[in-house]
Amino acid sequence: MSTAEHIVEHHIHRDDEGARLGMWLFLFTELLLFGGMFIAYSVYRFIHQAEFHLAAKELNTLFGTFNTIILLTSSLTMALSIAAIQKDKKTLSVFMQIITIIFAAFFMVNKYFEWSAKIHHGIYPGSEELLMKSNGEILFFGLYYIMTGLHGLHVIIGVAIIAYMTVGTVKGKINSGNFVRLEAAGLYWHLVDIIWIFLFPLFYLIT
Amino acid sequence: MTAHSSGVNSVSYLEYQGRHKGLKGWIFSTDHKRIGILYLISMLTFFAVGVTFGFLMRLELISPGTTIMDPQTYNSIFTLHGIIMIFLFIIPGLPAVFGNFFLPIMIGAKDVSFPRLNLLSWWLFAIGGLLAIVSVFLPGGPADTGWTFYIPYSVRSGTNVIPALLAAFILGFSSILTGLNFITTVHRLRTKGMGWFKMPLFIWSLYATAWIQVLATPIVGITLLLVVLERLMGFGIFDPALGGDPVLYQHLFWIYSHPAVYIMILPAMGVISEIIPVFARRTIFGYKFIAFSSLAIALFGSLVWAHHMFTVGMSGAAMFIFSLLTFLVAIPSAVKVFNWVATLYKGSIYIEPPLLFALAFIFLFSIGGFTGLMQGALSVNMHIHDTSFIVAHFHYVMFGGTGFGIFAAMHYWWPKMFGRKYKIKPAKIAFWFLFVGFNVLYFPMFVMGWLGMPRRYFDYLPEYTPYHRISTIGSWILITGLIIMFYNLYSALRRGEKTSEENIWGGETLEWKAKTPPPLENFDELPEVSEAPYEYKINDFVEEKETEEVH
Repeated sequence: MSTAEHIVEHHIHRDDEGARLGMWLFLFTELLLFGGMFIAYSVYRFIHQAEFHLAAKELNTLFGTFNTIILLTSSLTMALSIAAIQKDKKTLSVFMQIITIIFAAFFMVNKYFEWSAKIHHGIYPGSEELLMKSNGEILFFGLYYIMTGLHGLHVIIGVAIIAYMTVGTVKGKINSGNFVRLEAAGLYWHLVDIIWIFLFPLFYLIT
Repeated sequence: MTAHSSGVNSVSYLEYQGRHKGLKGWIFSTDHKRIGILYLISMLTFFAVGVTFGFLMRLELISPGTTIMDPQTYNSIFTLHGIIMIFLFIIPGLPAVFGNFFLPIMIGAKDVSFPRLNLLSWWLFAIGGLLAIVSVFLPGGPADTGWTFYIPYSVRSGTNVIPALLAAFILGFSSILTGLNFITTVHRLRTKGMGWFKMPLFIWSLYATAWIQVLATPIVGITLLLVVLERLMGFGIFDPALGGDPVLYQHLFWIYSHPAVYIMILPAMGVISEIIPVFARRTIFGYKFIAFSSLAIALFGSLVWAHHMFTVGMSGAAMFIFSLLTFLVAIPSAVKVFNWVATLYKGSIYIEPPLLFALAFIFLFSIGGFTGLMQGALSVNMHIHDTSFIVAHFHYVMFGGTGFGIFAAMHYWWPKMFGRKYKIKPAKIAFWFLFVGFNVLYFPMFVMGWLGMPRRYFDYLPEYTPYHRISTIGSWILITGLIIMFYNLYSALRRGEKTSEENIWGGETLEWKAKTPPPLENFDELPEVSEAPYEYKINDFVEEKETEEVH
């Protein structure tokens, strides 16, 4: 036995239960990361209620609703891909993962149009247009850009992770006997989804 | 598998040759012991830098007015001293170094749950540390905001605040990953027979610490990130000019940074709980109370953050509640102190260097903890807020507590980690220098703080001169002690007596049943545990010593 093989042996210590626990802990930290911003949101919303309502009128509810539907459906396809791999239906699982990625891409394209419309109207941090507005509105848009921006970053990371999982599934590394990584990717994707479920009403539906 | 294990385990982790050789064999190793050593080396390097900054600050304060540096340099130096000592020395000091090395061994496991994630944590730590150092040399000059990065100055300051913030953010991420790894390891990898109440107390304290790391660090992460965004683009979240609230920043900052204080102190308390029973040859008094008090500290410690902000203008009710909660944290801390002292009572005490440091911990931590209570009282707080009384208090807890805890851990586990014994006499001499130097350095700060000497001031009125002089002399004694101690430990590695004795001090926990130094997979066969730790009645070591005494 060469020592190189010993290392491999040393690495592959499989504990699915432990991996799931680790993933849930990581999701906790993500929730708390956004939690800090939700605290900031609630404090400023409490202080500037009228301005927040006024500013929210600038956001396009249709875009928001559309994106919510897209993201919710993508969570469904993600869950289906895991169910498929559990039943050893590799092709179906790969198909569902790709659909999830496509939905995520749609979400980001929408987001792009939404943001560029805002920026086109001169509403972005530090712009003259925005600085003429009241403090409450400045804070609303500041939070809007930071929170949806960070959420968008998570969508992009999620896409990268799912794409990596798709490759693994095609190669057979993720299979009906060992799919804990795909499951973890799914958990992450549901987190991205659930954060959006809170962002949507807080920014789009408070008018 | 067994054949593999014996092959892997024929040499110690220090000699083991894996896929990578030489330096790469260390910086790419996923072995928890090697990662622990990596942390040890990097932590001590940063500690040396931090001590140097502290020494320079004390030298500047030896007499009023400009002595060796201008005010701007002084501001940068106390900022860097804080950032380095907190984020790069005390926080990783015990969990990342000794936690990594001993957590798996003490619960009878081969490694942590996620070894590769563990290596990633160290890399993030190294990158964060380098970024903090680099920020010193970039144009613009090192950050001068204090380690707290208070708004609005941290947005206005022209210095390199962003690299310092990003460094803290990355270090926080490293800390989260370590915490996540430890929680999973404790849940999943305890060896056969090791129920929750058979875990060594160091493991309990690491477990409580890991929860704080996971739950509190993300908040400061996002807060520091918001300050970065504020500086870059002016979102206005904290900037009062745009409607933001600087006090909200302080809340979010302390929601993490107060629990972080317990990230620093809890593992040290765990180390003391290990050392005291071993050198008193006595079962620890009140095992469950010590274990649960760690969790209680983690819980209450998360709810007291606003006691750092009593002067910012909160509502009276809020101040009252935070003051009350602050007093409550003292209870589990005191439970531990009483239990340690009760363990020593009627024990067969052997005064070895680890015990000396542990005793100093109890003494210094008690002073630090008690003065902490004084500050928790609202009326007293108004008087001593932002004075050097506070500086003395947190150095008594952080350095006198955690720092001495780290030194105790080093002297306790050094022979196990490297298979070399250090010389006892220089270690004891170093201890007395450290203990005396520490008190001479920090005690005068209590006095002058009480008399009104503000903290973080570069200059002072002439009436404070004697206190500052004494304090600066103390820093020289302390540094002499540090030099003796580190030289002694270092020369042990080079020339120390080799030992393969498994149970060096007569401990009852699992690390003393592993080979010295431990092999790659720690144990040839995973040990089985049938009794609680620290059962000294049936320890051979006790009988041996007792028969010796009879003869």
